[in-house]
Amino acid sequence: MLQTDCMRKLSILCVAVLLTISADAQSDTIKTDLLKEVVIIHKRSISDKTDKPLSTLDKYLEKADMLNMVRRGAYAWEPYLNGMSSERSVVTIDGMRIYAACTDKMDPVTSYVEITNLAKVNVHSAGGPSIAGTMDLVRNKGTFGEKKLSGMAFTGFETNGSQRVIGGALSFTTPKLFTDIDVTYRHAGNYKAGGGDEVLYSQYTKYNVSAIAGYKLNVHSQLEASLIYDRAVNVGYPALTMDVGLARGIIASVAYIRHGWQTKIYYNTITHVMDDSKRPVVAIRMDMPGWSQTAGFLSTLQGNHHKHNWKANINGHFNKSLADMTMYSNTAGEKDMYMLTWPGVLTYYGEVSGADNYTLSPNWHVTISGGAGVQHNVVDNQQGYESLTIFYPDMQRSHTRLLKRLSAAFNYDHNKWQYTIGAAYGERAPSVSEGYGYYLYNSFDRYDYIGNPEMKNEKSVSLNAALLFRTTRFSAKASGSYFHLLDYIIGRPKAGLSAMTIGAAGVKVYEQLSYANIFNCALDAEYKFNDHFNWTNRVGYRRGTGAHIRNLPLIQPLTYSSGIAWHHKSFSANVTASGAAAQDKYNPEFGEQALPGYTIFNVSAAYQFNSLLLKIGAENIFDRNYTTFADWNRIPRMGRNIFANVLVNF
Amino acid sequence: MNFLKILFVFCLFVSCTKKDDAVVTNDLDGLTLATTLSNDTHKVELYTVSGKFQTGYNAIYVQIKTAAGAIVNNASVSWTPLMHMMGMTHSCPASAISNHKGYIVFQMAGSDDEYWDLTINYTIDNVAYTVTDTIAVSESSKRVVQSFTGSDNNRYVLALVNPTSPAVAVNDISMVLYKMESMTSFTVVDNYTIKIDPRMTGMGNHTSPNNVDLTQGTDKMYYGKLSLTMTGYWKINLQLQDTTGTIVKGEAVTDTNEGSSIYFELEF
Repeated sequence: MLQTDCMRKLSILCVAVLLTISADAQSDTIKTDLLKEVVIIHKRSISDKTDKPLSTLDKYLEKADMLNMVRRGAYAWEPYLNGMSSERSVVTIDGMRIYAACTDKMDPVTSYVEITNLAKVNVHSAGGPSIAGTMDLVRNKGTFGEKKLSGMAFTGFETNGSQRVIGGALSFTTPKLFTDIDVTYRHAGNYKAGGGDEVLYSQYTKYNVSAIAGYKLNVHSQLEASLIYDRAVNVGYPALTMDVGLARGIIASVAYIRHGWQTKIYYNTITHVMDDSKRPVVAIRMDMPGWSQTAGFLSTLQGNHHKHNWKANINGHFNKSLADMTMYSNTAGEKDMYMLTWPGVLTYYGEVSGADNYTLSPNWHVTISGGAGVQHNVVDNQQGYESLTIFYPDMQRSHTRLLKRLSAAFNYDHNKWQYTIGAAYGERAPSVSEGYGYYLYNSFDRYDYIGNPEMKNEKSVSLNAALLFRTTRFSAKASGSYFHLLDYIIGRPKAGLSAMTIGAAGVKVYEQLSYANIFNCALDAEYKFNDHFNWTNRVGYRRGTGAHIRNLPLIQPLTYSSGIAWHHKSFSANVTASGAAAQDKYNPEFGEQALPGYTIFNVSAAYQFNSLLLKIGAENIFDRNYTTFADWNRIPRMGRNIFANVLVNF
Repeated sequence: MNFLKILFVFCLFVSCTKKDDAVVTNDLDGLTLATTLSNDTHKVELYTVSGKFQTGYNAIYVQIKTAAGAIVNNASVSWTPLMHMMGMTHSCPASAISNHKGYIVFQMAGSDDEYWDLTINYTIDNVAYTVTDTIAVSESSKRVVQSFTGSDNNRYVLALVNPTSPAVAVNDISMVLYKMESMTSFTVVDNYTIKIDPRMTGMGNHTSPNNVDLTQGTDKMYYGKLSLTMTGYWKINLQLQDTTGTIVKGEAVTDTNEGSSIYFELEF
């Protein structure tokens, strides 16, 4: 109960952080965790303050200070938490672990859900079984109550790429049972960059159906079942040499909840079929499918005792990741070339963790959390194992690791001020690609990557701090984090190895730098001129360096946005400017080049008429042609786009 | 628990019965009759894995039967393959036959006009016999034998023995190397090095790491390690290096030189 209450307050704060001002934002933020950022996704309500409610999840996440979304096309952007690639954070759906099935990171976990599936995303800096932090996608679900059937329908259209989105949701509530079902369909053609150039292979089509049901067993306990079926087809990746014919995720869980105790079992299966059949000219035709299945459980108990507010968790999961590649020879009659790019890697993981929030004084809290996990990896496939022994003749077929973590944070909250300072230690095992990948082509630096099964755990020591000042009219939040990573995993060129991919520059093998440092900071400020006008601002910057590496790749330069919103009765409007300074801290070894700065402007307006909400707007109104640090192979971003979203509640 | 007990007992039973089974090994397992050479007294059966003779290295199992069909196990056998060309005849490298087994390296295939025959001389109980007949030698689908003149003016015959079933792995590779002393005499070459450079010509001449050049083993064959990073067509570029370290045949593969003048082919 306390948890949900706290969540609600958090949500309120973060609506403010996300430039979607809420009137009572400053009034009540006690016990807010400043190291956590909450992205409100879908409120199933027409009071939605988001500029574009039917945005993709990626666009919602992109607005969070802690996240960058690395873009390989219009679809399935890869979340970089605190400036670090997706291997360094753990993304869960209601606590469930999911392993992507694409060797080329074309299907991050976030690509298998829709905004309608989710209520919010909790992004937590550092802590968790990770280096950079954790991201939990929280499912949207109903509650028990008076018998009632409600729903919503929505549709959206965007001129650029002729994007269409259509869908709906139904909720049924009784005192003993609730069910929620939602359906979303998205379809987009190729988008046009600023200036009007078509970006080929940027189309996609996505279907998503999700259902969740709860049944009250008795006054103490309830059962919940949840299912997501997500299917994307004909997804283009303009920054890559291949597209995706099918990306399918089936994500299921059953949970038993008894007061503060929740136990869940889950299973998910991901199929990802990469192909190049839409590309007219290729060096060689190939198929690169991948499969990932994960089964797991988690059990969480939480409670209060005197000044303690504690939580204990035990969880475990099993994953099998397999991917292969078949290349069809250009010489007639020659046999197909086949290899396992992920050699059937089994991951067994078990973990216990706990956290305690202790009240030191009315204004001071300390949160201590820790955990330990055991990870066991096995290379299951014989051919896959033998392939890797070409590079590692003495390779062990299985590997067991102990992964530890500990963090502590002090939080002060009084009147206009709140601040937090925390320190964390975390470890992670190499990912499937880093440990066992086999000739995985990176189209940015144009190298084939070979995994290294003999690497140590990567470790991180981090400091996180945040400061919040708020009055009725003004609020500002400054946050920063500094990560010192030990045994930092990165692919480095290895002389003497011959590239497999035609046209590749060479082969990189994963190795470990003695250290890398990443610094992140962000400033959010908001001022309310009066009941109708408010002004929100955001500035962010990151810096990444490593042993013998001047600049880590894909690190955000100074980025800013500033928006003025006006609302009166049923009408609201806003104008936003956002942009970045020039990128001069780039990594040439990764294929990066300097980038000029840019600024783009968006406008939107909304009108609410009873149960109908209409939002229209224009993005990049001056049709600026630009590309950012997060654009793979520097593909240009979308040019001018005019959109309309209609939401109807019933 | 009961189930486990039953399972345990069952396992014991299964493992016991397995132990009792005598392991029968048959020399002819996996072999197919390629040809039979007959004279008045005996039938000499020659078996190979493929059931035929092909250019390159042919492991051959020799079995002599009486005309009545009884297997003769106490014969001492030798053989001479001979190629009848339009204007000349020549032989090819052939091993001694020991315990029914030997090998012949055919440098070329037979045709209607040019054909191989095989003479088998054998002695049973101090009585010498002989049988000669033509044999069909077909061209291997892939290049597995190279016959060439080195820069030292010697004529060499080099043949691939293994891998016969290549895998995406580090494969054991072996070859036999002969020097042609005369049209009918071939001798094993000792202490050379056979350098290998496997390439996928269909993949931008991709090569694999951690290959080991072939050196001579105690049984006179040459042994090395061959890494194959994927299935498909592989060209094994070769260089022959003599005892002084001089390359007598073959060229290194470089950015400007796609392949060596001597090579073998594998496809799987």
